Amino acid sequence: MYEFFTTTNLGIALLITGQVLLIVVPLLVALAFLLWADRKVWAAVQLRKGPNVVGAFGLLQSFADFIKYVVKEIVVPAGADKFVFFLAPLLSLVLALVAWAVIPFNEGWVLADINVAILFIFAVSSLEVYGVIMGGWASNSKYPFLGSLRSAAQMISYEVSIGLIIIGVIISTGSMNLTAIVNAQAGAGLLSWYWLPHFPMVFLFIISAMAETNRPPFDLPEAESELVAGYQVEYSSTPFLLYMIGEYVAITLMTALITLLFFGGWLSPIPGLADGIHWMFLKMGFFWFLFMMTKAVVPRYRYDQLMRIGWKVFLPLSLAWVVLVAFFAQYGAFWGTYARWTTGG
Amino acid sequence: MTVAGFAFYVFALTVLVGGLFTVVSRNPVHAVLWLITAFIGATGLFVLLGAEFIAMLLMIVYVGAVAVLFLFVVMMLDVDFAELRAGMAKYLPIALLIGVILLVELGMILGTWVTADGVEMLAAPVAGEVQNTAALGMVIYTDYILLFQLAGLVLLVAMIGAIVLTMRHRRDIKRQNVVEQMHRDPKAAIRMIDVKPGQGL
Amino acid sequence: MEDLLREYLPIMIFLAVAVALGLVFLIAAAVLAVRNPDPEKVSAYECGFNAFDDARMKFDVRFYLVSILFIIFDLEIAFLFPWAVAFKDVGLLGFWSMMVFLAVLTIGFAYEWKKGALEWE
Repeated sequence: MYEFFTTTNLGIALLITGQVLLIVVPLLVALAFLLWADRKVWAAVQLRKGPNVVGAFGLLQSFADFIKYVVKEIVVPAGADKFVFFLAPLLSLVLALVAWAVIPFNEGWVLADINVAILFIFAVSSLEVYGVIMGGWASNSKYPFLGSLRSAAQMISYEVSIGLIIIGVIISTGSMNLTAIVNAQAGAGLLSWYWLPHFPMVFLFIISAMAETNRPPFDLPEAESELVAGYQVEYSSTPFLLYMIGEYVAITLMTALITLLFFGGWLSPIPGLADGIHWMFLKMGFFWFLFMMTKAVVPRYRYDQLMRIGWKVFLPLSLAWVVLVAFFAQYGAFWGTYARWTTGG
Repeated sequence: MTVAGFAFYVFALTVLVGGLFTVVSRNPVHAVLWLITAFIGATGLFVLLGAEFIAMLLMIVYVGAVAVLFLFVVMMLDVDFAELRAGMAKYLPIALLIGVILLVELGMILGTWVTADGVEMLAAPVAGEVQNTAALGMVIYTDYILLFQLAGLVLLVAMIGAIVLTMRHRRDIKRQNVVEQMHRDPKAAIRMIDVKPGQGL
Repeated sequence: MEDLLREYLPIMIFLAVAVALGLVFLIAAAVLAVRNPDPEKVSAYECGFNAFDDARMKFDVRFYLVSILFIIFDLEIAFLFPWAVAFKDVGLLGFWSMMVFLAVLTIGFAYEWKKGALEWE
């Protein structure tokens, strides 16, 4: 049996498919509860109850929503480009999911342990802009079209600073492998994670992640009051559901990335305690909560302000930080904190 | 056939089909989408060659950035393509002539193609522990420093060129000056007036 | 070499699973849900009127400028990646060569700023 799964082609393919499902299914189930939690937190901040009817505390709300989506009618606008219209939501779901292939959850618990893992995630997230542009264009309606253009410009603007922030982390580690990046943060628990040496960039990264995933307060493509719902206006039923799942999977991916890059992934914050996957989930949950609270308490940005922050604040700051980190690493400042390959970490 | 061999044919076919439909698509946006398909096929081919860094770069730069620009341009142009096609009959002979010349040239190059000894050795990926990103990094910035700096200059020229060609300053709108806003203080902005009843200002 | 490809196989399978999942969702709605289109339902979302012309209109050249600047910075980042990975091996020459490269691009960035290309209006 063991040999069938490790030697024959079919066996290997089946084994990998099983592993993929082991990531996708828990992810989607977790998503159902994250969506619920998102609405609950939002409601709690506004002193509402939020979903509270389906199941205890409304816990099963997302499943009820799912059934509702599936039995809704798919409305295709008259002037739409049918093929692209359905391809766009499918693409945003697929791209959001496929980046999870390289995310390590624990030491050695990674599906595809490629050397260029972080580059792969960067590449996949740079493709996510297509789901938005194609959806807006295919709908052949003014609001989606304008919404998708805005959204595309927003996503590409913040990608630059995300890339530059990642460079700083890579300089410190000397590798693009996510497991290597986490292992370089091992040592004195909480204090040896990258959030401390790369302190200002943590905030920049979290904010850029929000802008990149069109999360409030940067949800301009969906600005209900002016663009109704941006590129999603003409979508209904499961195509809309695909967009929504894609969006939430992408946000969850960003929380995982923040955890891995700056907060030590599965490493325990206190030196004595054992490392493990629970730390990873705990940290991701914390950042999800941060995202939820931000959505609830921060008002939406104006578009010109958003672009100014991206190009005039984040870009120069992250570029300057790369130079600074390079100097620290080159000249061994701060006892080699910025050059962890030298200490064998 | 091995898995890698099968994957090669899948990706190669993707590139060819993508390229073909890029040319024959009537809708320019569809043409760009097919072009992206071709790029993604090429990404797969690079991975099969073991050039993972180049593969990811192709995805980031070509698919993630250049094709977005193409899409913007194609969507922005608003060209009447029916009109363009109407002129096709007129230009067909010239186009065919150019096509034939290119084909002949390609044939001549292929006919005189000589491979040097030991090329297969060069094509094989570097063995050992060095990842190919690091291997690239070790040569670009030192051995090929001149080309690297020239690339920087090309990017600078591109940046300036894009601005010179497309920038136009609109005067009919209000701009926000953040520094000015932040330096406004209540003393300069507000004037307190004690209005006597029945006198007005 | 074979090991390297072995690491990319899961990504391909993941891609296939994700596409299958998305298709299942799309087909589920197509099978389960009613389809009863009428001209009003399928008309584009507008404020009560029918759309006057095609929604795919010309738009501001600024979007084009943003995307071309994005390409340039993306390429700059592309050059930074191998440098960051090989940081410990490139030595002083590699280090300063990158600093010069960044300085050149910073000049370009300053030019953009001065020209107001980064302002959204």
